[in-house]
Amino acid sequence: MITQIVFWFFAVVLIGSAVMVVSARNPVHSVLFLILAFFNAAGLFLIAGAEFLAMILVIAYVGAVAVLFLFVVMMLDVNFSQLREGLQRYFPVGAAVGLVLFVELALSASAWRIAPNVRDLPHARVPGASSNTEALGELIYTHYVFLFQACGLVLLVAMIGAIVLTLRDRPSAKRQDVAVQHARVPADTLQMMTLGLGESTTGNGGFRRPIGKSAEKPVSRPALVIENSPDREG
Amino acid sequence: MNWTLALPEIVLSVSGLAILVFGVLQRRDPTQVCSLLTLAAFVLTGVLVLLAPDGIGYNSVFVGDDFARYMKILSLAGAALSLILSMDYNRREGIGRFEFPVLLLFSTVGTMVMASSENLMTLYIGLELQSLAIYILCAFDRDRLGSAEAGLKYFVLGSLASGLLLYGVSLVFGFAGTMEYRGLQAALSASAEIPTGLVIGIVFIIVGLAFKVSAVPFHMWTPDVYQGAPPPVTSFMAGAPKIAAFALLLRVMAGPFGTASHQWQLLIELISMASMLFGALAAIPQTSIKRLMAYSSIGHMGYALMGLAAATPAGMRGTLIYLAVYLFMNAGTFAVIVAMRRRGRPVERIADLAGLGRTDPGLALAMAIFMFSMIGVPPLSGFFGKLLVFSAALQAGLPVLVVVGIVSSVIGAYYYLRVVKVMYFDVATAAFDRPAASVSLVSAGMGLVTGLFILLLGPVSSAAQAAAAVLFR
Repeated sequence: MITQIVFWFFAVVLIGSAVMVVSARNPVHSVLFLILAFFNAAGLFLIAGAEFLAMILVIAYVGAVAVLFLFVVMMLDVNFSQLREGLQRYFPVGAAVGLVLFVELALSASAWRIAPNVRDLPHARVPGASSNTEALGELIYTHYVFLFQACGLVLLVAMIGAIVLTLRDRPSAKRQDVAVQHARVPADTLQMMTLGLGESTTGNGGFRRPIGKSAEKPVSRPALVIENSPDREG
Repeated sequence: MNWTLALPEIVLSVSGLAILVFGVLQRRDPTQVCSLLTLAAFVLTGVLVLLAPDGIGYNSVFVGDDFARYMKILSLAGAALSLILSMDYNRREGIGRFEFPVLLLFSTVGTMVMASSENLMTLYIGLELQSLAIYILCAFDRDRLGSAEAGLKYFVLGSLASGLLLYGVSLVFGFAGTMEYRGLQAALSASAEIPTGLVIGIVFIIVGLAFKVSAVPFHMWTPDVYQGAPPPVTSFMAGAPKIAAFALLLRVMAGPFGTASHQWQLLIELISMASMLFGALAAIPQTSIKRLMAYSSIGHMGYALMGLAAATPAGMRGTLIYLAVYLFMNAGTFAVIVAMRRRGRPVERIADLAGLGRTDPGLALAMAIFMFSMIGVPPLSGFFGKLLVFSAALQAGLPVLVVVGIVSSVIGAYYYLRVVKVMYFDVATAAFDRPAASVSLVSAGMGLVTGLFILLLGPVSSAAQAAAAVLFR
């Protein structure tokens, strides 16, 4: 009885927030409703006895995916009302296609037979394991280790791809170069002047900065500074 | 568990990781060194593939047999040829970065995993690994709009196809409760009639794989992606991944769904006919050689599917030989396309080939050999490919398919011959830039293979025979 009530509660809130995701005017609200929908779906999974799936849904989808969406929505200045402009124009066509698909789905579902012993399968305990997590762990890390490693390669390729397609070597970027830092000597930047009492630097020709040969070279090319530093010391 | 079954894949992946780390740590531009190392890894893996044992391992997700070996050698060869082409092209275009060979390598790992799949999960993960790397490679020339567009287009449509494939896999799993090919085969032969859900699942799997081999009506992405992607990538796309997707089609259709062949045979037949006709007709108005090759590849996939439609060992053997023949013709043609540069810029119109017969007779001869072979003129390699699939289809009682194949071959001859005519009879324009030695090597080597295929027919055909026999165990 209490399970039924909780189920209906989660289900209604889930569908309600899913509707809000697509209909909310403010995209930030959409993402927040999406998070709510994920939480409710996790609740449904818990009722079904899939506690691991519920936790993964919260961790992966709420923790990573939805927050990422939120960042994208807030940081990129996407004009969502402009994206929505075509909605009214394309609605009839979309609805017609959807209707055809729905009818087809209904037709094929009417010819569908479900095997008689399937109903009990979701509630069957996993043999030899005390919990879902343990059973999944054994499957993923022991039996299907080959596939697990192959999935790792897929992720690696995705990572390489993200870097290859977006990383640009900008010449103007400021980077730390330890060698250049170590090669610096006081004479590169410091100028010692002996001033008599009451004299000003202006009387001595003023500060000449940057000093040394590096004055003619752009500062962003430190390699030249290293080459020049020995003769300045000598 | 016999882990040495997957030794070639493991060695190739680990050398990929090593090359990646090497490239990252290098201060100077490591592109050429990484490319050479990748080539060495391909060769090493090829040797290991030949030595790898037979059997099923890794909890029935991975299989090593003659069929897998044949497909792996082909995809390694395709990848190596594209890599050789890319070394010069990328340098001249200024897109040479060491990630290119690494991505190509991981894509090849994907094709090898696909060839060895013994489980629908392995099928999917291999497919994703291979496709994901290719999406990135398509967009590798990221500052050129066409390349970025090709990458995005292929990515969006490819994801859709993956989704359809996964949906089909889930339906099949729902029916049989297993994703292992042997289990599926047992379940199918045990049940008296084939349920609707399973048929829908099989259809979705065929759709997903037909997308990857760019068969009509799932070909829409092909011309744009072929044109936009850098030509070495296109030559790879037209080779190894299609071979791997064909490996899956053959293995899945002949193995687990072999008993349901009357359900899918008509479908494959229709796809094959549509691809052949569309490839022949749509290529006629093309002016870009890359788009022409895209339509030509659609047509060739139709011919290769003809062997599968026959659903007999002879048909499978025909398809396997056709794929080998197509791989080498295609790599050679793309070597010529890579060599099409004038004043440091790539050109791609068919009209740009005018007078090649006088300005560069060697290159023109190679291109002519490829074009005649694609028509199917004896004694070039394309003839044997077509002969074998046609005769298999005739034996299997599919005369309509053969008639359509012959008609579309004749139509296709028009645009292949037009390329030859432009090269030899049109007024010469300025000569192309001197192609790099590697590119000339590939075009000449493939020209020799295509021209003298009759000498290779024996070994290739016996390997294909052994590979096809595995499917009908």
